[in-house]
Amino acid sequence: MNIIVCIKQVPNTTDVRIDPVTNTLIREGVESVINPFDAYAIEEAVRLKERCGGKVTVLTMGPPQAENALREAISLGCDEAVLVSDRKFAGSDTWATSYTLSAAIRKIGDFDVILCGKQASDGDTAQVGPGISAHLDIPQVTYVKKIEEISSDKARVERMTEEGYDVIETPLPCLFTVVKELNTPRMPSLKGLMRAKSAKPLKWTAEDIEADPAALGLDGSPTRVVKIFTPEPRKGGEMLQGDTADIAAELAELLKDIVI
Amino acid sequence: MASITILLDKCTGCTLCVKSCPFGAIHMANKKAVIDMAKCTLCGACVETCKFAAIEIKKDGGPKKDLSGYKDVWVFCEQKKGVIQSISFELLGEGRKLADKLGVKLCAVLLGSGVDAGVEELSHRGADKVYLVDHPALKSYQDDPYTEVFVRLAEEYKPEAILCGATTIGRSLVSRVAIKINAGLTADCTELDVDPKDRLLLQTRPAFGGNIMATIITPNHRPQMATVRHKVMKEAAIDKTRKAELIKKSYPEEVFKSRTKLLDIVEEIGETVNLSEADIIVSAGRGMGGKEGVALVGELAKALGGAVGASRSAVDADWIPYSHQVGQTGKTVCPKLYIACGISGQIQHLIGMQSSKVIVAINKDPDAPIFKVATYGIVGDVFEIVPALTREFRRVLNK
Repeated sequence: MNIIVCIKQVPNTTDVRIDPVTNTLIREGVESVINPFDAYAIEEAVRLKERCGGKVTVLTMGPPQAENALREAISLGCDEAVLVSDRKFAGSDTWATSYTLSAAIRKIGDFDVILCGKQASDGDTAQVGPGISAHLDIPQVTYVKKIEEISSDKARVERMTEEGYDVIETPLPCLFTVVKELNTPRMPSLKGLMRAKSAKPLKWTAEDIEADPAALGLDGSPTRVVKIFTPEPRKGGEMLQGDTADIAAELAELLKDIVI
Repeated sequence: MASITILLDKCTGCTLCVKSCPFGAIHMANKKAVIDMAKCTLCGACVETCKFAAIEIKKDGGPKKDLSGYKDVWVFCEQKKGVIQSISFELLGEGRKLADKLGVKLCAVLLGSGVDAGVEELSHRGADKVYLVDHPALKSYQDDPYTEVFVRLAEEYKPEAILCGATTIGRSLVSRVAIKINAGLTADCTELDVDPKDRLLLQTRPAFGGNIMATIITPNHRPQMATVRHKVMKEAAIDKTRKAELIKKSYPEEVFKSRTKLLDIVEEIGETVNLSEADIIVSAGRGMGGKEGVALVGELAKALGGAVGASRSAVDADWIPYSHQVGQTGKTVCPKLYIACGISGQIQHLIGMQSSKVIVAINKDPDAPIFKVATYGIVGDVFEIVPALTREFRRVLNK
């Protein structure tokens, strides 16, 4: 079974701070990490390999330093790594990003399953996974919380919904976007860490993936950011004091417009 | 290839752009702005900020497309088991404003099986037109037939804007549709407006976990598509005198083919309310100590008619299923009232709930970060306070 995992390197949320004077995002000293949802995709890919045999290729699009995320994925059990990186990708929205990744996947060639995290923690769009499957014209199941059964040509999975879950059977190849409930990611093994150190991720440019230049980066992106601003930070309010019964009565009074 | 340039004769060295860059890609050298191309993503934030028009982004967009044939505002109206979901009414409420500003019709799109009754409901909620496709294959959501039908409708009737809920179904569907029809799509908007002159949809959404807000447009593609979060827009009022024009479409059988097969729909949420649609959420954190503590939170939620949420640590400890998790690796919610019980308020949790209208925090640690975002804070023992609140609200609400 050939499995492809798409990951994204994102700023670590715990490090994201706002400059109190300029009211802007402080990027300096912010560590880059693998997007939290992608960790579950990586783990599931490695488990599928352990279950069915085959190999896991981890793919990312990003600046040269995104190679670090690929090495981390190798330490967790991925076999091969591909970085698509080119100045031409700058300004990509989800349309252009999913186009670029789908072109890279075509170049990787044979695959049975593509795994993506449900969404990335910096953009939070959840659009790139479905975008890739649309570009490749393959079936998709989003919000996958369990892969019940998988064989060489089909899979039965559970898709998380607002009310519970759907059980879906899909032919392969198929793209899954995954949620946290799917598994508990492992720690890197010593062997994995050594492999990661010596691994040489493939580096592909726009030309290598034979992408249409008009569909890349800002030129290929229908949407455009026109304004970025920092919302007024939420301020702490009133602390309620007194004995428990007084507090309860006071709170009920304060909230009466909402709860009644 | 697109490029960005600082026009040195116009740059005054005012440093406004340096502050505006969310990627830290601009610095000053010899009192002029310099862009670090390795960091720049061409997001355009600096162009907007510069008061001297000294920054220019050039696109090799090719010839401008003819966008004049596109009109009307569409709302994708999600139904489950034939019941139109409340998010659709919120979108119709917002869509009404946008359509009026643009001077066009508000149209509802309803896909399902045996859902004729929905047409009247959507009329009452303000739709001028309802596009209905009724077919057994559309009974429950499946990616392939829904995408195919929606793409055909959009290609034939050419809406200028499409709104859809940022739900499991909505996000899965329109992400695919946008690729197929080469449209711009903005996720999870919390604010929408239109510029009537250019007929542009101004889509504002949080990014970086709500730390920054971005306004996004789709200048040269139509339709302009947006998903909108639950509970941020006001539901359209019901007006039973309204009657919408019905356009019922049918398509050849192959349009309804699905590669995936929906084998079962399992509902797990019994007596509690769906988290993303709840007006009131009461959440349990590590401080609730175990399943018994979570049950106390459940009692309070029940008294208030709300849903039960949880922090990551409560979920990871197996006190409550993952479907209740609020925060970065769970759900983002914005109810009218969020009561955090025994939750310290890690940034990952705050991301998921800080846009709630009123936040109440109960925690024994007066320095817990949750109090920094709480409208009302209570320092004390959750095992005493939570049941006291349950009793008080039961009394007030006569339950």
